[in-house]
Amino acid sequence: MATPAASIQTKTSSESADNFIKGLWRENPVFVALLGMCPVLAVTNSAINALAIGAASTFVMVLSSTIVSLAQKLIPKQVRIASYILIIATFVTVTEYVLQALSYEVHKALGAFIALIVVNCMILGRAEAFASRNNLRQSVLDALGMGVGFTVACLSLGTVREVLGNGTLFGFQVFGPEFEPWIVMILPPGAFFVLGMWLLLFNWVKHRKEAAE
Amino acid sequence: MTASDTIAATASPDIPEQPPEVSSARMIMTMAGIGIISGILLVFTYMATLPTIEKNKAEALERAIFDVVPGASSKLTFTPEDGRLRLMEPSEKPAERYYAAYGNDGELVGVAVEASGQGFADIVKVLYGYDPDCQCIVGFKVLATKETPGLGDKIETDPAFVANFEALDVSLSADGTTLANEVVFAKPGKKINPWEVEGITGATITSKAVQKLINTSAMNVMVILQNNIQVLRDGNTSSQHTDQD
Repeated sequence: MATPAASIQTKTSSESADNFIKGLWRENPVFVALLGMCPVLAVTNSAINALAIGAASTFVMVLSSTIVSLAQKLIPKQVRIASYILIIATFVTVTEYVLQALSYEVHKALGAFIALIVVNCMILGRAEAFASRNNLRQSVLDALGMGVGFTVACLSLGTVREVLGNGTLFGFQVFGPEFEPWIVMILPPGAFFVLGMWLLLFNWVKHRKEAAE
Repeated sequence: MTASDTIAATASPDIPEQPPEVSSARMIMTMAGIGIISGILLVFTYMATLPTIEKNKAEALERAIFDVVPGASSKLTFTPEDGRLRLMEPSEKPAERYYAAYGNDGELVGVAVEASGQGFADIVKVLYGYDPDCQCIVGFKVLATKETPGLGDKIETDPAFVANFEALDVSLSADGTTLANEVVFAKPGKKINPWEVEGITGATITSKAVQKLINTSAMNVMVILQNNIQVLRDGNTSSQHTDQD
């Protein structure tokens, strides 16, 4: 990543803020980078599942970024990917146990997808591209920003799919009894439709902004 | 960039910058170190969360049992042995378990039985409640399913389908060796007899799978339960005796 000379001189506080905020919008892992599509498409059939997978991914990403950032000098370059995967896998398993202890129901609903956080390229990507070459504070902020951005993206799919496909939001009835659920929305094709619509909206806003400048 | 780096980069422009040489021993040490720390962390988390996880699972099962047997307030777990039933020891983990549920006065109000079978996507696991007095299934709950959301998962959410199991006849034949009428499938809206399971439009395979697994389970289990009905009825009092002994 080429850093213009001007930005090096900016204060640390604005750099911290930027590292956090860039994950929400400018470098959003889902809407801009299109990373971690497996959980985004598969687990967002209801808002609560989307929130849970987002929170679990954020938790794993913050913890693994912390360790990767602290241990960046200790891990030889040649074995860094294997080390990162080992670190991420450890925290995913920890998360799985903790989630199972916290809520049996949520764990049942998320099923196999908790374990699949290990291969979420977003987390490995942040470890490799950011945490391994930045200090602890910036790495945690970056992971938090990316995690919140990921959660918001999952939620924007999850709410739309649940409302249209099931007529509910977080389990509460939104429409009257006459509402005929649009079942395809909570099936896999619905995930692609809704993601496509969000990407369309996202890019339209971005292009308008660029054109205005 | 140092001078030597610049020379290396200009000498072979296509090859990316090589990381500094590290001995294999150092790499192995790093991987082993991370592995050991990870292992310790995992064992620690496992030990810390295991009691809560077990408690959650037991509570979920207990809730399900009290859901499928109306009027239940306590339960005892039985396991079959050579066609007879006996109380399960807490340390045992037998494959076949029947949960006898008792009311406030200690009388037997029903038996909860686990059953599973192949659904559309994966194994469907259910718990059903059996009332020995009317010899019928009085409650039904899906424990685990990976059926298609919106279609196959209607076996959980469709009230009309769940109503099949409010009074599903599974009475024994006159000689007590098999069911008087096997549990059979009926097309949606075509249910006539109390031993028929009415299917769901759009979820035929899953609802048929549930009918089949209930039938298979009932054919085996009902005979055992009815033959040992006295053991089940006495279960609550005799266990109290053993406690006092």
